[in-house]
Amino acid sequence: MSASIQSETDESLATELCSPLPTERVIFTYAMNAIAFGLTGLALIPLLSILWEILVRGISGLKSDMFVKAVIDNGFGNAILGTIIMVLIGGILSIPTGIMTGIFLAEFSQTNPITGLVRFISSILTGVPSIVVGVFAYGVIVLVTKGFSAIAGGFALAVIMLPVIILTTEESLKLIPISQRLASAALGATRFQTIFRIVVTAAIPGITTGILLAVARAAGETAPLIFTALFSLDWSEGLLSPTASLPVLIFNLYNDPDPEKSQLVWTTSIVLLGLILCVSILSRLVIRQRRIN
Amino acid sequence: MANSSEPAERNSSDNSNLGDENFNLTAIGGTNLWFDQGFTRLVYFFAVITVAVLFMMSWVISHEALPAIKQFGLGFLWGQDWDTGNQIFGALPYIYGSLVSSAIAILFAVPVGIAVALVTSENFLPSSLRTTLAFVVELIAAIPSVIIGLWAIFVFIPVIEPLQKLLSSTLKWIPLFNTEDPSGTNMLTAGIILAIMILPTMAAITRDVLMAIPKELRSASMALGGTRWETIFRVLLPAGFSGMVSAAMLALGRALGETMAVTMVIGNSAQISASLLNPGYTIPSVLANEFAEAEPGLHIGALSYLALILFGVTLAVNIGAVLLVKWVSRKNK
Repeated sequence: MSASIQSETDESLATELCSPLPTERVIFTYAMNAIAFGLTGLALIPLLSILWEILVRGISGLKSDMFVKAVIDNGFGNAILGTIIMVLIGGILSIPTGIMTGIFLAEFSQTNPITGLVRFISSILTGVPSIVVGVFAYGVIVLVTKGFSAIAGGFALAVIMLPVIILTTEESLKLIPISQRLASAALGATRFQTIFRIVVTAAIPGITTGILLAVARAAGETAPLIFTALFSLDWSEGLLSPTASLPVLIFNLYNDPDPEKSQLVWTTSIVLLGLILCVSILSRLVIRQRRIN
Repeated sequence: MANSSEPAERNSSDNSNLGDENFNLTAIGGTNLWFDQGFTRLVYFFAVITVAVLFMMSWVISHEALPAIKQFGLGFLWGQDWDTGNQIFGALPYIYGSLVSSAIAILFAVPVGIAVALVTSENFLPSSLRTTLAFVVELIAAIPSVIIGLWAIFVFIPVIEPLQKLLSSTLKWIPLFNTEDPSGTNMLTAGIILAIMILPTMAAITRDVLMAIPKELRSASMALGGTRWETIFRVLLPAGFSGMVSAAMLALGRALGETMAVTMVIGNSAQISASLLNPGYTIPSVLANEFAEAEPGLHIGALSYLALILFGVTLAVNIGAVLLVKWVSRKNK
């Protein structure tokens, strides 16, 4: 008697376990698969469209003499120069500060209570809107020097680059094994020698990545430059006068009725986008290479 | 700077424990020690600069905003007029525009971001394809916003405009779409463009959150007979909920502060209307459009006051997100 009940339950259990999923659960699975892939596809459309349109509309107008002419002569030479100068100023101000603060966060964290505050403020700085940084640079430099200038633009870019460099430097210093620091200290090195000759040297690829990312971000920023560096149609007269840059060129001229200027806007976009994508893809490849190793 | 000499002191006390005073290796003078202390001070100095930047920023912007703060006080927040000629300024249309466009952006970016995060973290696809996909989505974040704005004006708006006209003609009885013949540059377009721009933030952080969920949770759900999507909805998403909330907050912070693309597509008209197909104006846009040519005094003051409000709001959103992440990671330990 009990043996037959046993075999009955076994059988019903077996049929239940071996029966396919109820239709609604199968449909649910397929429907959700379709939705997830559909939305992912949707997310890729804008990117592909942007790259394609910029390439198609920009490349036809690209002439080599555009790199050496000013905007007023339908070139973007002065804008490229302005972008380079301002990113350079930004780098000079932010790279030492950023790397040193990164070292502070990674190497001095055990002995110090204010590390938490510094790290917190660095991550908060990442989220400050770039236009607010522009208002800050306006107050600090433009109001003091009484004029729009490349220095003010560079200062604004430095504030934008700073948190990127701090956080990537800290990350890459933390990847260096503690045993290397101990070995260095055991050989009698001071903290300065350990940090500079051992830790920072080993972390240089990571720090470079951070600097490249910061440069890519700064080169594409428009908002902090429109009322600090302003714009100029011709070559800039010096570091203390208004200076053109690639992003501001696009913003100022995209509505221009002159067809040559609107072609210039697309050509400038392809140059700017190419520059930034190269730098950021390069920097990401460096990271990936190191992860694989 | 007492900390700088701490390692040296520790060494000397260790040595005295050995009881061999002649064998003291600790340097108490010379270039190396001098370098070491100088370096330590330098590191502290730069760390203090970093901290100072944020405080200086708040101080400088408040200082610039002072004339407007004195003139309008808190009433600025709900003033609706923006009249440069008569020197009357109010922030409400801009605050409204910023909040509504960001809300639309979050509405679109959260589901799409979660979908991208799921596709790139679950094993639907081979792992090399998944990382490539995640990488490509993150590339959107590298595109300068002025280029996205350019694309939006010349490529996206011509496509979306007929759809919006259709929307307004068929669904006009809904206040949200009640606009005669919308022009393409409006709040909804700005929201969608913002959604595209904050998608990488949402997708990347959600992906990290999902990948950090312990394998045991998934295995347990699967062992109980849950299908993949039942596991995702009943186990993974609830487990990662707070992480995804902080991802959405960080994305919101980005959306609120985004300037160029929004300025180019929102229509730049300071009005408050229920219809999403009407043009609007945001705080960053008005700063971008008016700051360079503003009169010193009350106009600059009012614009700086707007910047201060934006700064405060994004600061609050970001601090909230960071604290949430900290709280969650402490809870998980």
